[in-house]
Amino acid sequence: MELTLWTYEGPPHVGAMRIATSMEGVHYLLHAPQGDTYADLLFTMIERRGKRPPVTYTTFQARDLGGDTAELVKGHIKEAVDRFKPKALLVGESCTAELIQDQPGSLAKGMGLDLPIITLELPAYSKKENWGAAETFYQLVRGLLKNHPHEKGSQNSKAWKDQSRRPRVNLLGPSLLGFRCRDDVLEIQKLLNIHGIDINVIAPLGASPAELMRIPDADANVCLYPEIAESTCLWLQRQFETPFTKTVPIGVGATHDFLKEISEILGIEPPNQSETSKQSRLTWYSQSVDSNYLTGKRVFIFGDGTHAIAAARIANEELGFEVVGLGTYSREMARPVRSAAEKLGIEALISNDYLEVEKAMANAAPELVLGTQMERHSAKRLGIPCAVISTPMHVQDVPARYSPQMGWEGANVIFDSWVHPLMMGLEEHLIGMFRHDFEFIDGHQSHLGHQGGQPTTKHEPQTKYLNPDEAAKEIVSKNNSPIWTEEGEAELAKIPFFVRGKVRRNTEKYARQAGCRQIDSETLYDAKVHFRN
Amino acid sequence: MSGATLLKESGPREVFCGLTSIVWLHRRMPDAFFLVVGSRTCAHLIQSAAGVMIFAEPRFGTAILEERDLAGLADAHEELDRVVNNLLARRPEIRTLFLVGSCPSEVIKLDLARVAERLNTALEGRVRVLNYSGSGIETTFTQGEDGALKAMVPLMPSTNEQQLLLAGTLANSVEDRLIKLFNKVGLEKVCSFPPRQSTDLPAIGPGTKVLLTQPFLTETARALKDRGAEILQAPFPLGIEGSQLWMKTATQAFGINSSTVHSTLEPLIARAQKALEPFKENLCGKKLFLLPESQLELPLARFLHRECGMELLEVGTPYLNREMMSAELELLPTNTPVVEGQHVEKQLDRVRELSPDLVVCGMGLANPLEAEGISTKWSIELVFSPIHGIDQAADLAELFSRPLHRHDLLNRKLLAKV
Ligand code: SF4
Ligand code: SF4
Repeated sequence: MELTLWTYEGPPHVGAMRIATSMEGVHYLLHAPQGDTYADLLFTMIERRGKRPPVTYTTFQARDLGGDTAELVKGHIKEAVDRFKPKALLVGESCTAELIQDQPGSLAKGMGLDLPIITLELPAYSKKENWGAAETFYQLVRGLLKNHPHEKGSQNSKAWKDQSRRPRVNLLGPSLLGFRCRDDVLEIQKLLNIHGIDINVIAPLGASPAELMRIPDADANVCLYPEIAESTCLWLQRQFETPFTKTVPIGVGATHDFLKEISEILGIEPPNQSETSKQSRLTWYSQSVDSNYLTGKRVFIFGDGTHAIAAARIANEELGFEVVGLGTYSREMARPVRSAAEKLGIEALISNDYLEVEKAMANAAPELVLGTQMERHSAKRLGIPCAVISTPMHVQDVPARYSPQMGWEGANVIFDSWVHPLMMGLEEHLIGMFRHDFEFIDGHQSHLGHQGGQPTTKHEPQTKYLNPDEAAKEIVSKNNSPIWTEEGEAELAKIPFFVRGKVRRNTEKYARQAGCRQIDSETLYDAKVHFRN
Repeated sequence: MSGATLLKESGPREVFCGLTSIVWLHRRMPDAFFLVVGSRTCAHLIQSAAGVMIFAEPRFGTAILEERDLAGLADAHEELDRVVNNLLARRPEIRTLFLVGSCPSEVIKLDLARVAERLNTALEGRVRVLNYSGSGIETTFTQGEDGALKAMVPLMPSTNEQQLLLAGTLANSVEDRLIKLFNKVGLEKVCSFPPRQSTDLPAIGPGTKVLLTQPFLTETARALKDRGAEILQAPFPLGIEGSQLWMKTATQAFGINSSTVHSTLEPLIARAQKALEPFKENLCGKKLFLLPESQLELPLARFLHRECGMELLEVGTPYLNREMMSAELELLPTNTPVVEGQHVEKQLDRVRELSPDLVVCGMGLANPLEAEGISTKWSIELVFSPIHGIDQAADLAELFSRPLHRHDLLNRKLLAKV
């Protein structure tokens, strides 16, 4: 039994819903109680979908349990098939139905329906959402293609050359409730097209069962999101010998490597690095003098495996940050995340407990956090700027504008969205530059609200940013807190609002360490020098 | 009985389970913690229904059952003790712990009453442990509150004193306002349940008359009655008419001079009617379809029809307690279809066929209906908003008027041009 106050991932049947809802012509019969219908809102509210997920919930009740639930299930299956006329039917259970073992999949198969039926077994008491999505996608592809003819040894990814056509690949893995999948797909399509590669099938997003049947026509598979598509790609490799790409094209370096990898598979001229490095503005923006201040920024990274690993590489190789923390909530991705962390000389955090992540974040004392929406909240409490890089999805992660993470444009988006919070946050050189500007005198209120604005009464604005532990420490140390002299307060007031809280905290910390009872302007400067070194 | 036509329907439903009530109950009683004993689905439901990210440590959580908990119930008990002890050690401010049953805990027959009893003995009164079911196989949405309140009834002290008890969670501001009004007409002793502090339970006994503020408290009402209280039958305090009848039911029961009540309420009513005017104009003659979810559907339909002039196409409700709803049913126009239960697909067919101007529904259905050009109002907002009482009538009407107004606005300004 695990105490959970908040969870990064939903149950595995929500993963199955993501696959069903991403596709056309697929219906999901879910044996589940009525409350489980909440999952519809993930799609209709968070992703603002104008269509209901293609899911029929059996919504059995306690009073049904004594009777014949099998008949109930069959009735729902029949109605759903008659009404929605799907081209393929997924049949599965949520956590509760798993316990009563009605075997809805076998029931469905025994009904003589004339359509492919895929039974899903998603162990709700040990697995989670992403695993459920991957398993569903795999079962669906396998179910539709396992009898598809293939002659061993006939696969040749370079065959296109003799067939007077361009090479073609499948993009596998993009789904609803995946981070920026909608735009990544467009970006990668564009990217591959420029390099002379056509898209055969994109799945599951927007695909129909008929399109899945065409998957074997591709010369190679692109595994865009290993969390969702790796098991499918592996099976396609075993079954049809189709090779697939292992590099996820997020960031300038990874996009280059991806192009190289796919070029090698397909036997086309690999791109030239000096060319590719110019395709995204990230490279030059990062080199420009303005970005000097990004050097060595301490960054803490947490998210799904794919985006966390990609973020670590970009931070380290392309922006010149120092990665001081790297982790994931995805147990399935623990191994690659661990090895990415090892290369950076740190230990990976694999955890599903956001409070543990928050604690690790506080301990790492980063200047920037790249995380999920939950880390954004933790970072806010700690007064650290943050950019969101990964699911779980929030309505804010589905922007109206085009904002991919992958490819060249993705790198541009990443540069902007990571650097903006840093600039808005605690930027030291601004202190010196703006310290006497009238705009920053007390009373100026940014729409960020928090750190600034109202004249600071002692201990008031900053305490709310501390995490519970620190808040506790703070309370304990109140009695031996040094006192700010009027002159010290006046000096502090000259510092821009957005860093004032941090300066106050650091100065008090320094004063306590140094045993000062009073803080004047000199203590402030002493503290500044102390923390610089 | 009235002229409303009572129908039943069954089939696939689209409603939250009783766990959802935790979202407002934990805010009402900040010294209580709600621990769901369930699955990752349950945890995910609450955080998704709450709609917001959780700031700091929330006062609810889920003890997620894992494979080995299913294997042996004895271990599950031990595990639950361990989780509870850790939680209480970490959160010393908790005074009442609710163990909330879910579908999985009920299917495996994990007896939370026994767990609560054992923990109560072990904790020696430092924290009170209660249990109730919020499971989707037993309860829908607001019935979770019914279960939680019922679980608290045995802890209420006894009294023979003459008093009025308001039962059902209200927004704090509304609660203060209603109590003040009762005081003003001479009803001095008025308490509310649930209290703002879980340990601050009101007393109850033969002198207590109970006025329900919410229509979904069937079980709680029964338990209060068993403690000797009298349950007053009245329409619910939504809208001017309902709130007035609701208050008058109580004042009459206490033999308060009706002219005092009248003179106190008259100016409020006049003011509320004036405030209601613009919304009434917007809502009048518009067709309304309520899908079942919160059990507030009947009183809302009554208000929107009688005071705002809306035409009722269908009033869905997940559950209909005819006795408790008799006053409401009587106020509905003849032949209004009141449908208990749900077949969501057939119901949506009827929605499309009848093309209502406004549909009250859950969050899963709202955007898809909007995409079909039908304005919607989410029912979950109604359980979070201060909507009770005469003073709130205009605010309540505005909740329904806004989507229509917005629909018009966008159609006129944006879509008309293309
Ligand atoms: S319906 Fe049952 S299993 Fe689903 S969230 Fe509610 S209590 Fe949990
Ligand atoms: S407007 Fe607000 S969010 Fe935008 S830069 Fe200024 S403070 Fe930041």
